[in-house]
Amino acid sequence: MHEGLPPFQVFLEEHLDPVRAFLRGMVGPNDADDCLQETFIAALRAYPRAHGGNLRAWVFTIARRKAIDHQRSRSRRAQPVGDVEPLVDRARSSPPADAAGVGMSPRHSEIWAAVAELPPGQRAAVVLRFAVDLRYRDVGEALGTSEEGARRNVHEGLKKLRRSAAELKEMTT
Amino acid sequence: MSEFADQLATRAAEEGLLDVAYATLDSPVGELVVAATDRGLVRIGLPGQPLDSVLAQLADDVSPRVLSYPRRLDEARRELDQYFAGKREHFELAVDWRLSHPGFYRRVLRETAKVPFGEMITYSQAARRAGSPRAFRAAGTALGSNPIPIVVPCHRVVRAGGDIGNYGGGPEMKRFLLELEDAL
Repeated sequence: MHEGLPPFQVFLEEHLDPVRAFLRGMVGPNDADDCLQETFIAALRAYPRAHGGNLRAWVFTIARRKAIDHQRSRSRRAQPVGDVEPLVDRARSSPPADAAGVGMSPRHSEIWAAVAELPPGQRAAVVLRFAVDLRYRDVGEALGTSEEGARRNVHEGLKKLRRSAAELKEMTT
Repeated sequence: MSEFADQLATRAAEEGLLDVAYATLDSPVGELVVAATDRGLVRIGLPGQPLDSVLAQLADDVSPRVLSYPRRLDEARRELDQYFAGKREHFELAVDWRLSHPGFYRRVLRETAKVPFGEMITYSQAARRAGSPRAFRAAGTALGSNPIPIVVPCHRVVRAGGDIGNYGGGPEMKRFLLELEDAL
């Protein structure tokens, strides 16, 4: 009836860690778990209609959508209310003391902050390439671009990150 | 697995997305896999059957929305524990029959479910009760494909003449269950 699809539990165990790493890079460690649950609930809802061929690309597509939704609702909330700090400011302030930030050096949170400033397409590509460790072809599949497009996005993203790193160095020295 | 997986399964159950919940259970015969749909107990995997293959079969034949969610199996696990402890002779669990072939096979299993604790019938008797007295071989096949062993007590169906016959979990397990019930 559903030949080819693994039991959802098996799918979950296989993709949970990479998707968590991806979402941490996309929305920051503090909000990643909310997005993670939204991602896998959406995946479960659509699962019987999924194609067994490339479930990894499929789940990253869902995760990316959830991360973008999350950021939109965050910026909508942040502007009028003003009590929700954008990820960047929070990450840039002194080392995070909350549970999600444990084990993260100040240097790390600066990297998060710089990654968070990248445009979504570049950010997703950089995170998939370096935090999830996908090959360019798989990054492209997960983001609906060609392998070439994935390379370009990563390249542009890295260029911006290098610039931020240089600025950071100037500020601290 | 993890706290995250537990929370996900809980929410999935609340939102009606958990088509098959499963749990594992330690028993004197080894680790059992128990699985249920919203209709009731749908599958028990005996120790010889790897978890992966039991879950894959559920994904193919019921729904791929299969998650570990022991809470839905609390009652089944409790009754099975009591059975193995010698404190229960009759299961009061709702059963989902969908994994047994409709028709003769399912009739054989439904008739087998009525054989009381501690009693035995022969394959021919099972066939007769299911409406085809001469189909004792087919009755054996039906019992061999029983998706819910122990609760649907196919171990109580034995050969005429004293040999206890085959069992999905091996003849030793069949003998163990019949001795547990003081049937031998």
